[in-house]
Amino acid sequence: MNNKDLLNLIDITVSFEGFLALNKLNLNLKKGELRAVIGPNGAGKTTFLDVITGKVKPTKGEVIFKGKSLVGRKEHKIARLGVGRKFQSPRIFENLTVKENLEISVTTPKSPLNLINKSIKDEQLTEIDRLMKIVNLAQKVDSKAGSLSHGQKQWLEIAMLVGQKPDLMLVDEPVAGLTDEETDLTADLLKSLSGENTVVVIDHDMEFIRRLDSNVSVLNQGTVLCEGTMETIQKDKKVIDVYLGRPED
Amino acid sequence: MSLSKIKFDKKIVLSFWIILIALIIAAPTLLPVFRLNLLGRYLSLSIVALGVDLIWGYTGLLSLGQGIFFALGGYCAAMYLQITSSSEFPNNIPEFFALYGVEKLPFFWEPFRSPVFTFLAIWIIPALVAGLIGFLVFRNRIKGVYFSILTQASLLVFFNFFNGQQKLINGTNGLKTDVTQLFGQMVGSESMQRIFFWITAILVIAAWFFAKWVVKGRFGNILIGIRDDEPRVRFTGYNPVIFKTIIFSIAGGLAGISGALYTVQSGIVSPQFMTVPFSIEMVIWVAVGGRGTLLGAILGAVFINYAKSLVSEALPASWMFIQGGLFILVVTALPEGVLGWIQGDGPRNLLQRFGLKRKIETYPSLEVNNKEGNNE
Repeated sequence: MNNKDLLNLIDITVSFEGFLALNKLNLNLKKGELRAVIGPNGAGKTTFLDVITGKVKPTKGEVIFKGKSLVGRKEHKIARLGVGRKFQSPRIFENLTVKENLEISVTTPKSPLNLINKSIKDEQLTEIDRLMKIVNLAQKVDSKAGSLSHGQKQWLEIAMLVGQKPDLMLVDEPVAGLTDEETDLTADLLKSLSGENTVVVIDHDMEFIRRLDSNVSVLNQGTVLCEGTMETIQKDKKVIDVYLGRPED
Repeated sequence: MSLSKIKFDKKIVLSFWIILIALIIAAPTLLPVFRLNLLGRYLSLSIVALGVDLIWGYTGLLSLGQGIFFALGGYCAAMYLQITSSSEFPNNIPEFFALYGVEKLPFFWEPFRSPVFTFLAIWIIPALVAGLIGFLVFRNRIKGVYFSILTQASLLVFFNFFNGQQKLINGTNGLKTDVTQLFGQMVGSESMQRIFFWITAILVIAAWFFAKWVVKGRFGNILIGIRDDEPRVRFTGYNPVIFKTIIFSIAGGLAGISGALYTVQSGIVSPQFMTVPFSIEMVIWVAVGGRGTLLGAILGAVFINYAKSLVSEALPASWMFIQGGLFILVVTALPEGVLGWIQGDGPRNLLQRFGLKRKIETYPSLEVNNKEGNNE
């Protein structure tokens, strides 16, 4: 652990009635880093996000974010501290328009009084315009989010995540169900976000992960099996055994 | 497409309001007193229905206990009327106390001597009680069907408590208001009833605008967000507990106003306001009128209740079947309610079925949107 770290997970254990979803998991993220997390089904990838965002309380261990412990804090408080999350299947507000979805994400402060009393600030409207251009939804401003295509929904959710201006972005399977072209664009988008933001991407799609060109953590049975660049982990014997599979002879 | 998105001609809107206001002013001369009084009562019920629409239609909280807040508002109004009209009774306290040998006014009646306090209490007390119940329930993340059961259980608790308190509030007999005095006139008199009708009509419109203001913009969008995906709202940095408590409290306040108006126009408030079927009926009005439309809640409350009284006069005992049938119809065929059906593609689909309208050839929203685009 050092001062440049944005997030430290220390010996995180999550036990669901005896089943260890996470088992003494340790992981450190530097500020501005882009990190990919891969692992076989049931390796604990989503639980790992649940612990950081406060949905699941770890049985043991400590989560330190910007020097503060996140354990025991409510989800919305963690979100306000600067942790944003994109869910596995796109979770947007389908009955609201694209613009209304983004308004919800960029609005600060997120108090009822502010929402009912004041109209949205100009700089927030500018931000919404900027976001819609980035994800190519400018034509769809007033369409119901539910009428968007799957790929557009994924992008709207990424735009909402960016609009929240989080220091740490947790992105769960952003390219599930996207076309190859959309996948490439998403990879470029996430790469451009890192540097200023710290981004954690969880995915199965090896091509996509390769394109991210980042450090990779491999999770297996609730613990970090191996960390390193794509080249390193592809040569790692343990990783090949549990996840990548041996090339058939 | 929601109503707000349909652009009405300004002249149509203006003439609608002129006709509506003219009808409200003229109603007392057009309708016999009996019918006018019924209409006034049903209009007051539309205010509680607006509250149900806010919490259920917009926020997804199906409360089966709105009768609590409705009755609380009614009791506040009735206590004031009883206490200010008790000068000729023994000990200068309301008449019923003598039946149970009570000689001293219970302490909580005292503030109701003040008209200002009563005026505030009618909506603030139900709002506070709703806020308190709501906060405790929402903080513990109780939702869905458990929330509905809990609100119904609270309703029964209140019902039984009020039923048993003869010495405090005349128990199961309730508090009569029609023979009490207000500004030197009898509350049940024709002239007073006419004034109550007008007050009710104005307050329904005011409540409607208030509810529209609440759901307009980002606050309303968060309510819809909570209804559709509450965890997502939480992970975006909003605290749903606060939002749900506020809206439940607002619905409670509206229910209180509704109950007070209903009480003065029906002449009595009693624990019957807190029976289980009555609170369920409130939900049916909104379901039939159209969830999440506000106007549907008002129309549902007024029309269903008017139909109820007309049907009950013609065919006694058949109303329960009709009401049950209506509910089944809405749940199976019109999940958006009547107004939701009209605002959606309902009428067009129906006409198509009978070959009276051209079928849409492409994706519906595309074709409709293009048409709008061409008009501009």
